[in-house]
Amino acid sequence: MYTQAMDTMREEGGDKPALRTAEEAQLQQRFDNRIDAGEFIEAKDWMPENYRKTLLRQISQHAHSEIVGMLPEGNWITRAPTLKRKAILLAKVQDEGGHGLYLYAAAETLGTSRDQMLDALHTGKAKYSSIFNYPTLTWADVGAIGWLVDGAAIMNQVPICRCSFAPYARAMVRICREESFHQRQGFDSLLVMMKQGTDAQRAMVQEAVNRWWWPCLMMFGPPDDQSPNSAQGMRWGIKRVSNDTLRQRFVDAAVQQAEVLGVSFPDPDLRWNEETQHWDYGTIDWSEFWRVVGGDGPCNRERLAARVKAWEEGEWVREAALAHARKSELKEAA
Amino acid sequence: MTTNTEWPLWEVFVRTKAGLDHKHCGSLHAADPKMAVQMARDVYTRRQEGSSVWVVRSDQIVASDPGDKDMLFDPAEDKVYRHPTFYKLPDSVDHM
Ligand SMILES: [Fe+2]
Ligand SMILES: [Fe+2]
Repeated sequence: MYTQAMDTMREEGGDKPALRTAEEAQLQQRFDNRIDAGEFIEAKDWMPENYRKTLLRQISQHAHSEIVGMLPEGNWITRAPTLKRKAILLAKVQDEGGHGLYLYAAAETLGTSRDQMLDALHTGKAKYSSIFNYPTLTWADVGAIGWLVDGAAIMNQVPICRCSFAPYARAMVRICREESFHQRQGFDSLLVMMKQGTDAQRAMVQEAVNRWWWPCLMMFGPPDDQSPNSAQGMRWGIKRVSNDTLRQRFVDAAVQQAEVLGVSFPDPDLRWNEETQHWDYGTIDWSEFWRVVGGDGPCNRERLAARVKAWEEGEWVREAALAHARKSELKEAA
Repeated sequence: MTTNTEWPLWEVFVRTKAGLDHKHCGSLHAADPKMAVQMARDVYTRRQEGSSVWVVRSDQIVASDPGDKDMLFDPAEDKVYRHPTFYKLPDSVDHM
């Protein structure tokens, strides 16, 4: 999802080894050897400039996705149907905030400040996952997000636990430990409505699933043959599994889960393929994906505006806290 | 952009339970020490992962230079006699 950064960096190109000196060539060689040996790269180790740039881009955009991802679900905290669901949703959204913080901290080790990253988000220079530009219209959307969006995120994030850049890998290990609860609570919430709910509630669940299904498939990024930076990402050990492979894994798992739930997916071409032993699915509308990535999804403006508003309205708090800290320090020194 | 008002960075160390070491688990921004401890609690111990936290300003940490790694740590490489497994003893006393 959260790894769409590699696929949307069309303009920048991959690893151009514009090596200047013999020493640098040697460093590059040593770096390549370490990657090939499956070693981890730490923040202070030498790394090619493009590796640094690509990682900074991917990790910061992953962080932005976690933070912006709090908005669609946060929309339902005050309207959760029971106290239990409200407590669960609060904990889930708080986790996403935590994920954003782990990831910002990992990205900062690459030498960019938190404020620089936030500035890139707020000015629209940095992207976040396309999925969070869709609205949460009903309570069933909260369950559908947990089940499908977090489900897709898990598929995507588990391989990054083995990313060659150690601070990112460590953050992902921490995140993946927390994600399973997100998916399970979503499925559980939908299951209650499907098994104990009214016809209207069941219809609401199906309608939410209909809306989220295709955008979830897009979370894995463009098809492999249209993913020009994937090879470089694989070479660097930043990307471990291809977009289409992850997408297929997700579809195979989701079809089975949908059966238990008693919902269908809005795809007439979805069918079991005896030969491949996988579920075939229909054609994804990539023009919609690029439109949403490009800023023209249903909620892009609303999401960004909410982040900018929070940042601007929090400015006096950040300043006051810092002024207070300085004053206390002076008092202590005196 | 307001980089001059960015809160300082802190490194967070968590003791998962009594009797164990504090272990580095990440970093965060906070205006002062009290806030750093509070935020460490919220960011790194939401599921009882800790029974104690340390926070220390990142700029106060002195670290070895990765470039000195070989110079610093390789000299220990050929000193196998520092390990108990170096000594082959008769089976009857090998548990020592
Ligand atoms: Fe997350
Ligand atoms: Fe999540």
